[in-house]
Amino acid sequence: MENLIEIKGVTHAYKTKAGPLPVLDDLNIAIPEGKFCAVVGPSGCGKSTLTRLIAGLMFPDTGEVWLHGQIVKSPRKTVGMAFQNPVLLEWRTILQNVVLPLEIVAPGMPKRQKEARAMELLALVGLEGFEHKRPSELSGGMRQRASLCRSLVHKPEVLILDEPFGALDAFTREDLWQTMHELRAEEPFTGLLITHDLRESVYLADQVVVLSGRPATTQYVMDIPMPSPRPINMLYEPDAVEKLARLRREIEIAQGRVPAEGGA
Amino acid sequence: MSINWQKILTPILGLAVFAILWEALVWYMGWPTFKMAAPSDIWPAFLRFQPLFYEYGWQTLWRTVVGLGLAVVVGTLLGMIMGLSRVMNDALYPLLVGFNAIPKATVVPVVALMFVGQHDFNTILVAFMISFFPIAVSVAIGLSTLEPEYRDILRSLGASRFTVFWKIALPKTLPEFFGALKVAVTLAFIGTNLVEIITPHGRGLGHLFQSAQINSDFPLMFAVLIALAILGIVLYYVVVALERIFAGWAERSPT
Repeated sequence: MENLIEIKGVTHAYKTKAGPLPVLDDLNIAIPEGKFCAVVGPSGCGKSTLTRLIAGLMFPDTGEVWLHGQIVKSPRKTVGMAFQNPVLLEWRTILQNVVLPLEIVAPGMPKRQKEARAMELLALVGLEGFEHKRPSELSGGMRQRASLCRSLVHKPEVLILDEPFGALDAFTREDLWQTMHELRAEEPFTGLLITHDLRESVYLADQVVVLSGRPATTQYVMDIPMPSPRPINMLYEPDAVEKLARLRREIEIAQGRVPAEGGA
Repeated sequence: MSINWQKILTPILGLAVFAILWEALVWYMGWPTFKMAAPSDIWPAFLRFQPLFYEYGWQTLWRTVVGLGLAVVVGTLLGMIMGLSRVMNDALYPLLVGFNAIPKATVVPVVALMFVGQHDFNTILVAFMISFFPIAVSVAIGLSTLEPEYRDILRSLGASRFTVFWKIALPKTLPEFFGALKVAVTLAFIGTNLVEIITPHGRGLGHLFQSAQINSDFPLMFAVLIALAILGIVLYYVVVALERIFAGWAERSPT
């Protein structure tokens, strides 16, 4: 299968007063088309930098970011993003918020058509009937659902999620995980999810990449050969528990708490 | 649309109670009008000079509004420059603060000498100078504190800087802008009246105040103060109405 996203030997450093601060060091990730990849790692290891590199908002010092067989040199209309903060525009209704990317990507599309497309997604995530509400009238979970709709409304090839469920309570989070699987079934996209939650990564992804501490490099890659959608109970099966334990250990290695196997 | 009578009547009732207390205090203390005029003295003073109040009131009002309009345009532009460019912010901030720190009463004679005889222009200029600062600062802060994620949603789709500004930064700054405009309205009035009182050009409510003082007509002086307060209230509520229209979304409904 063709890799839709390929990160090849990417190194990146931020310029600071105290000299360059390396955040990514020879990072390699490959995500096949239609697959969902979760990236986990210690705090501050450069995960958000990775999302900005793929979105074309930043460029690596060395190495290449490939998207659909082309090196990323600028932002492209085929990317959708959602963040931990839903960043909905308070002066727009939910429907107008979801329509926003279409105003940039397809300015010529008739308004009715844009709104019909937005409604389709809102119905899919269970926000039908809330389209004319303002973001301040919705709960945190509903706002995040609207944010997901906005990131998908222009049918992006690549969906980049930067800890979108991080600020939600545990039950709302599990609801949204299931919504993610439902969205995957309806809307084909290749996904990259940044997260701190190992259960989330195992439940949602086809592939989990563990990054080392800063500067981040690819430390460990785990495949999750499970179909999507999946029952939430899969997380309590021995196979998943074993995977979680393994990932937990890799994180501890990344944090420098335990030495790597075979290491000193 | 149903009219919320409570919202209209409560402030009117507040004003009425204030006037009654005022009247009672003056009556009880037995103050002469040169010490404190009572509402019952002020009303006849107003009636006596009614045409002058309308004529001068209008002069004060239009100059204030033009000065304020200028402050909105220049203040917003300055705020945009400072909010979008770190360098310009660092370069302009001390200049603006210094400018704002100068008491405007000291500027009036300077301006009057600079543009001798240009009464309208001078008045508008001072009203502008005194009121653009809060607007510039609030727009600058509103723009510079825009969370990067807001920019990224549109930038990642290849939107231009202008599109990001127009669709996100500008509307997001509106509540701060209107907050500053409410402060600027009253400041602009102070600016207009400073010029009208300090420089003898015979126009505006400030001039009426001045001539009342010269003639020792104390009730008239108080009447001018009340007229100024009323104009201030009117302009303030015009701004509030504009805010409702353009930034009503920022107002949380009471739940």
